[in-house]
Amino acid sequence: MKKPHIPCLRLGEDYHSLNESEVKDYRDGSVKATMSQVNAGIIRRDLLNIGKAREALQKFSTRELVDISAKAGELFLKDDLPLGGDGTMQSAQSYLETLSSTSGLPHVMVQRNMDKIHYALTHLELILNGLTRGIDFGTLDEGHGEQSGSPVCFYPTTDALGLVMPSNSPAVNSLWLPSIALKIPIVMKPGRDEPWTPYRLIQAFIAAGCPREAFGFYPTDHEGAGDILRLCGRALIFGDKSTTDQYAGDPGVQVHGPGFSKILIGDDMIERWPEFIDVMTSSISDNGGRSCVNASAVIVPKYAREIADALGKSLGPLKPMPIDDPKAVLSGFANPKMGEWIDSALEADLATGGASDATAPYRDGDRLVRAEGGTYLRPTIVHCESMDHPLSNREFLCPYASVVEVPQSQMLGAIGPTLVVTAVTENESFKKELLRASNVERLNLGPISTMKISWDQPHEGNMFEFLYKRRSIGMAA
Amino acid sequence: MSMDEQIKQAAEVLDAHTAEMIKWHFSPETGSPFWLDWANKQDWNPLEEVATFSDLCEKFPNFQDEWLRDLPNEVWVPQAYKGRPFNIFETGGTTGMPKQRIGWDDFRIDYSAFSETLSDEHFPRNHYWMMVGPTGPRRLRLAIEHLANERGCSCYFVDLDPRWVKRLIASKQFDQARAYMDHAVDQALTILKHRSVSALFTTPKLLEALAERRDLIKAGIKGVFCGGTTMDKQYARFLVEEVCEGGKIGFVPTYGNTLMGLARHHPIGPENDYSIAYYAPQPRAVLRVIDPDTNQTVPYDDWGRVELTTLTKEFFMPRFLERDEALRRKPWSEAPWDGVAEVRPYGAMEKNIVEGVY
Repeated sequence: MKKPHIPCLRLGEDYHSLNESEVKDYRDGSVKATMSQVNAGIIRRDLLNIGKAREALQKFSTRELVDISAKAGELFLKDDLPLGGDGTMQSAQSYLETLSSTSGLPHVMVQRNMDKIHYALTHLELILNGLTRGIDFGTLDEGHGEQSGSPVCFYPTTDALGLVMPSNSPAVNSLWLPSIALKIPIVMKPGRDEPWTPYRLIQAFIAAGCPREAFGFYPTDHEGAGDILRLCGRALIFGDKSTTDQYAGDPGVQVHGPGFSKILIGDDMIERWPEFIDVMTSSISDNGGRSCVNASAVIVPKYAREIADALGKSLGPLKPMPIDDPKAVLSGFANPKMGEWIDSALEADLATGGASDATAPYRDGDRLVRAEGGTYLRPTIVHCESMDHPLSNREFLCPYASVVEVPQSQMLGAIGPTLVVTAVTENESFKKELLRASNVERLNLGPISTMKISWDQPHEGNMFEFLYKRRSIGMAA
Repeated sequence: MSMDEQIKQAAEVLDAHTAEMIKWHFSPETGSPFWLDWANKQDWNPLEEVATFSDLCEKFPNFQDEWLRDLPNEVWVPQAYKGRPFNIFETGGTTGMPKQRIGWDDFRIDYSAFSETLSDEHFPRNHYWMMVGPTGPRRLRLAIEHLANERGCSCYFVDLDPRWVKRLIASKQFDQARAYMDHAVDQALTILKHRSVSALFTTPKLLEALAERRDLIKAGIKGVFCGGTTMDKQYARFLVEEVCEGGKIGFVPTYGNTLMGLARHHPIGPENDYSIAYYAPQPRAVLRVIDPDTNQTVPYDDWGRVELTTLTKEFFMPRFLERDEALRRKPWSEAPWDGVAEVRPYGAMEKNIVEGVY
């Protein structure tokens, strides 16, 4: 059977490059699709004409674009959509299976990611309401109006939202979805191993009636990615710490790196720790442990060793299962070398002393396994004697967490920048401290999984405030 | 004449030229101290054992370009040129002592011949050119000016030091590299604004940068003569279709360096997927695509390492292994000998190569 070809989209138009990359099955390396790879100059030239894309979106009202988004959500979840420019269509099931085969995510996880994206698209009004704090769509369309009796006026900060996407988790695409309803075109470099989700989303938007000009899809090299980040007035980048550090402090680039999300238990609740093992387990291992909102550390005032042992007992026996098994919880590695690197990094840091692998006693065999035709890492819980240990505040692309004892009074200082904190406490003074903490992006008070997303609140930065700025306005009567 | 006959005739011309150059460089009355001394140390005599190009490939080892750095320039002066001041041209380099080639008239001969391959439509005679790229100690600067002059044109120059760019990129100072490129482009745009220019010589990256900031057709540019870095098929297509607007501006890619001269390109387009094949100015220079381990040419359309032999009275350089790899292409009616296509840095698929704007 002919392999599909995923073209570049230049202001929505297919462009078949003479350079192609291959998207491969994570198990046997068989080619699932070829993908056009374009040089950076193509992107730079298209950005000279990005005004046309923005004009195309501006012809629609926010309400119309919200409705188009909802329709796109339904199409994305259920319908056949174009895959490449040659008339090939992709069903939702085929998308699920193909993405699973190239990313290593079991079917059940791909389905959950699809559901998340579907929810985001079909609840965009709720999301926009959260992002804009209730500004009505008419005001967004006009650029000015009133809110709570005061005049408000907004202007766009850019003509395009640049996106340098990762390959690890399809649901990260939900972050850029509001951009379309906010009338800002996207210029995207997809993840090398995960073109499927953004391409399908774009096709869903177009099929739902969105102008195709709004979508730039550019599989490209390092130079192209750099130009997207440099030349789009606003951009999102996903990557590891070394990647994201390059753009830290750049107000035009929103950096989505490791989350270092954590669970904290206060002095008042620590004696009840066994009640929270389930929420810890799901926070650490849901979505194969691949998300920035997965907990990577559990910080407690005491019982660290016991909690690590309980988590080890809960997670240690988990092993790879067939990719279509609904109970599968581990993801294979699209790049087996990544799995090997993580395993060797863990072993090297464990060998420095001051930490022990609490999953090892409950794991029959090695952490790094070749199973179900692919490469997997089995869950790892590490008990660290202090936050000084190199494994105490790390994040890996697998179910991983440290468990560390830190006095409650020192916890917030010790955890560093953290995307999600789930704090299990009812102590009012500790809650106030947590609410004041500037190093916590999202705060869950009570035993809530770090994985739980509130769609009506901003996640890792407010997309509306990123794409629009408020200014004063005066109008003669 | 059939293609086979053309190929045969070109091979005969090359063999005769090889024999003549061997005689020139290894005869005490005309040869250079370096080659005469080198021959004395061998247990074979080039004058007796090299009568054809094939003999040369079999008998001579690879030329070591370190000799061009480590030895004084005088050792390369053929007896016949003794007493004539020479030009000193340098190759690439980033730090330390660069490699140098001396010369007298070769660049004029090479570029006059190359002029015959340019069309008057895209490179009009009796007008103005502009070179935006490495000048300094390179042969290219004088060569481009000579080429312009050969066509009755004069040439403006904007310099760019590739050694500095390479250092900036190697040390990850990308902002500085971009600022330096902008600095070169600013100067070029100033010339284009105030002077009438019809032909450009530049690097692909600088050409792109110029075209992003100025409509080159409206600026009066009719032809672009481009070289100096890797151009894969997609990049060549982009330059032709978009930067040069589908042929409105003539695009002439070239492959050359201080040690060779200039190789011309086979026409490119959708019919050959924009795969650029270059053909050396044989018999003065010969390009082979070989397996360096066997010293045999690779099959046509296979990748191999580029090997250059230069055979002029001023300079003899047998079997120098370039730092490039390429596809071996079949002879072409305009150049009935092997071509080298899709040239890229040797090992480019295995490692990152610093090329930057150059």
